Amino acid sequence: MAAVKINELHKDELPWIIEYDESKCIQCGKCTAVCSFNAIEPAVETRKTSNSITERGKCEKVLVIKQNVSLENYCRGCGMCTRVCPNGAIKAVRNKDDKYSVAYRAQKADSFKKGGRSNLNTEGRTLDKIKIGRISQMTDPSLDAQRHTFELKTPFGRVLSPEKLNFEVKDGKLNQTKPLPPNRWIYPIIFGDMSIGAVSWRMWEAMAIATAYLNEVMGIPIRMCTGEGGIPTSLLKSRYLKYMILQIASGHFGWNRIIKTMPEMTEDPAGILIKIGQGAKPGDGGLLMASKVTRYVQEIRGVPKADLLSPPTHQGLYSIEESVQKMFLSMNAAFKFQVPVAIKVAASVTSVPVYNNLLRDPYNIVGGFFLDGLAGGTGAAHEISLNHTGHTITSKLRDCYLAAVKQGRQGEIPLFAGGGLGQTGSFAADAFKLICLGANGVFTGRMLLEIAGCVGNDIGRCNACNTGKCPAGLTTQDPNLVKRLDVDKVAENLVNYILATDIELKKLMAPIGCSTLPIGRSDALITVDKHISNRLDIQYAC
Amino acid sequence: MCRIGAIKSKDKLHPSIALKLMRSQQKGHDDSGFAFIMQDMGGLFENYKDLPLLSMAATVEGTRLAEDILREIGFSRVMQWTPDINNKKGLKINAMPNYVFEVLQYPKSYSHATCEEKQELLIDTAIRLRKVLEESNSGFIYSFWPDTLTLKEIGSPKDIGTYFNLWQENSDLTSHIITAQCRQNTNYDIVRYAAHPFFLEGYTALVNGENTFYEKNKFYQMSLYKGYLGFESDSQCLMYTLHYIHKILKWPIQYFKHTVTPLSYDEILKRNDKEVLLRIKASLANLEINGPNTMLAVTPEKELMCVCDSKKLRPIVIGRDENTVVMTSEVCGINDLLPNRDISNDIYPNEHETILVKDDLTIERWQQ
Repeated sequence: MAAVKINELHKDELPWIIEYDESKCIQCGKCTAVCSFNAIEPAVETRKTSNSITERGKCEKVLVIKQNVSLENYCRGCGMCTRVCPNGAIKAVRNKDDKYSVAYRAQKADSFKKGGRSNLNTEGRTLDKIKIGRISQMTDPSLDAQRHTFELKTPFGRVLSPEKLNFEVKDGKLNQTKPLPPNRWIYPIIFGDMSIGAVSWRMWEAMAIATAYLNEVMGIPIRMCTGEGGIPTSLLKSRYLKYMILQIASGHFGWNRIIKTMPEMTEDPAGILIKIGQGAKPGDGGLLMASKVTRYVQEIRGVPKADLLSPPTHQGLYSIEESVQKMFLSMNAAFKFQVPVAIKVAASVTSVPVYNNLLRDPYNIVGGFFLDGLAGGTGAAHEISLNHTGHTITSKLRDCYLAAVKQGRQGEIPLFAGGGLGQTGSFAADAFKLICLGANGVFTGRMLLEIAGCVGNDIGRCNACNTGKCPAGLTTQDPNLVKRLDVDKVAENLVNYILATDIELKKLMAPIGCSTLPIGRSDALITVDKHISNRLDIQYAC
Repeated sequence: MCRIGAIKSKDKLHPSIALKLMRSQQKGHDDSGFAFIMQDMGGLFENYKDLPLLSMAATVEGTRLAEDILREIGFSRVMQWTPDINNKKGLKINAMPNYVFEVLQYPKSYSHATCEEKQELLIDTAIRLRKVLEESNSGFIYSFWPDTLTLKEIGSPKDIGTYFNLWQENSDLTSHIITAQCRQNTNYDIVRYAAHPFFLEGYTALVNGENTFYEKNKFYQMSLYKGYLGFESDSQCLMYTLHYIHKILKWPIQYFKHTVTPLSYDEILKRNDKEVLLRIKASLANLEINGPNTMLAVTPEKELMCVCDSKKLRPIVIGRDENTVVMTSEVCGINDLLPNRDISNDIYPNEHETILVKDDLTIERWQQ
């Protein structure tokens, strides 16, 4: 009897199993060439040519596609092989008996890492259980989404209470006599913070092109956050800088170059975003594998080729007050108090105390509170963080808004919410509902990747952003893979998606009779879930 | 939809004029009520303009509770007027047992108090009375302020007029300003406090429309000032906003329009005062109204004001002759009151306009 090697990794334990139909295969080699994970390779099988039990030794060699079985090179289900196969001879099939992550830990004695998003999905989606239930009819007229004018703009930057504006009355007119914190009016969607490094330079460039196009051609004042990875010098010196929110996180990557270029900047950036935490992996810092640290990433960030770890905490900060005094003051001062400085934190049970504390900051220098929910995406994370840490966005956003309401300070530090928006294909509806619950705007990164061609999903497909082998050329720096991405096409698709979202937002504003953003208009929402109704303080419907 | 009206005249007006103004505009069917506020009083109240005038409807128990509180604080009654009730059979009115209209003297300890201190006492007392009457379900306090008289009741406007004998003109009950609402129907519970006109510290407001930003307004106003309470009607929010802009912030009154219907960002950018307007748009975003509303108001300076929503979705017309200015929802009401006026002087305000009728009846029109 043949010995079975139970303790060796077997194909049956991998997350995806390749189904290969030899009869359709023309041996063109496209599937093996396209597989960035080296999960399949050509192989030779020896087969008997006769079924006779008396004849022996008559065999033939057959060329086949074989699935690799290894901890490093295994199929992620990205489906690229199927896309390139002219005859549909090959496909990856989900393996419900997958034990890969167990085997990984057992053999490597290391935490299992992945990219993309959480695949556990135990929490369900609150936003899908909320509907826009207040339809203006005979009491107040609804609007026509096509014909009426709508204003989709929201303040970004510290908003002072009216008493603190200190206007002086002269000749029956109000005059601003004292300097006030910087405040800008922007589109309520922000392209989320993905760094050059985490995403390919082509993907980053496509986002930047789309941002500029939306602003300068379409008149949509959308902003893009750079992520913590710096920004090309040419862009720093260009007029397009005014559309970019520069991010600083615990690694301070790229800031050497930003600071050195400051004398040559012709425009102020749109804002500064201090990243404290990320919704998809709160508690983890940034993680850029050395394989993705190419020469230009090294140059922009000012680092050697090595694993780049942004610490989970900002070293040297131990309290909210201190972060206000050190980080906010210094970032404000760096741009002469002309640029809004905002903060991004992972949604957490502690978000309300943090928000309350910032609301009371005596310097009035916190210009935005970005709250990131657990269903957001990430370039790389420990699976344990991705699947088991974080806080859903909806209730925490609502908590923060209502905490401000309690003090009569809603809107003073604009709230921006993100994390899993558009997960079920309805980005505009998700954004609209969060705005009604109190958000000034939303931000998204993952949605942009999906628009650009990401093949990953929430049920285990791909999610290999951490490997640097992104088959769509999005989260890789491998020149051959990056070439798969058509910069202009991606930029065009991003622009189109925002234009579509703009139409859809108006289609939701019109029936509730709103021509400006319905920030905090939770009276427009209903839910069929009693618990959600109680928790979010919106009307229960059945 | 409510029909609203405001009359300001050099003559002394009897409330019958308010009934006449509203009569032809009535199209409703649920007889939800009639209410009016008289300011700049004549008649019996003319000699007591500086003293607080309490307007209250209550049960016997409620009246006793209120009187006890007023006495405890130190107020003393100077004069009382009781309406001549005609309780004939078949009137559609949901009347209260007592209607109290009395002029009070301030407590002795306030004999050297400043105007602000006296006003503070009045608002604190009004809030306390309201709380006690509410808790004991024994009545409603509508106004407690000098030179101001309020009456609100549920029922058919015509029958309310008959019940209080308001159709019969006389010189006892008169004033130079009357604001009135003939409630046609109400979409919500019929509650006396929800009936316009609303009054707070010299500011009166009537609003025709639906405040679709009610929840936003309310959430913000709840903690802004102690007098902002009730919120029984979404229209109260507009009065509180007017009070906040003009009395608390002490901003010129034209900034009320910039607050409730701010110009669009693109329009603001074209203006010289863009910095100020953008700050108002951001800092007072919670006081915006975005639905259909026309508001009439009276200021402590005895000026009438009219402001429309930014889409001009609700009607209003202003007619005048030498002695009187009338603002109301439909022109037929003005035709009944001022049939001989020059109709070419009628004003139909636009969506950017604020109309202010000064105390001498001159009219100012401001474009936003």
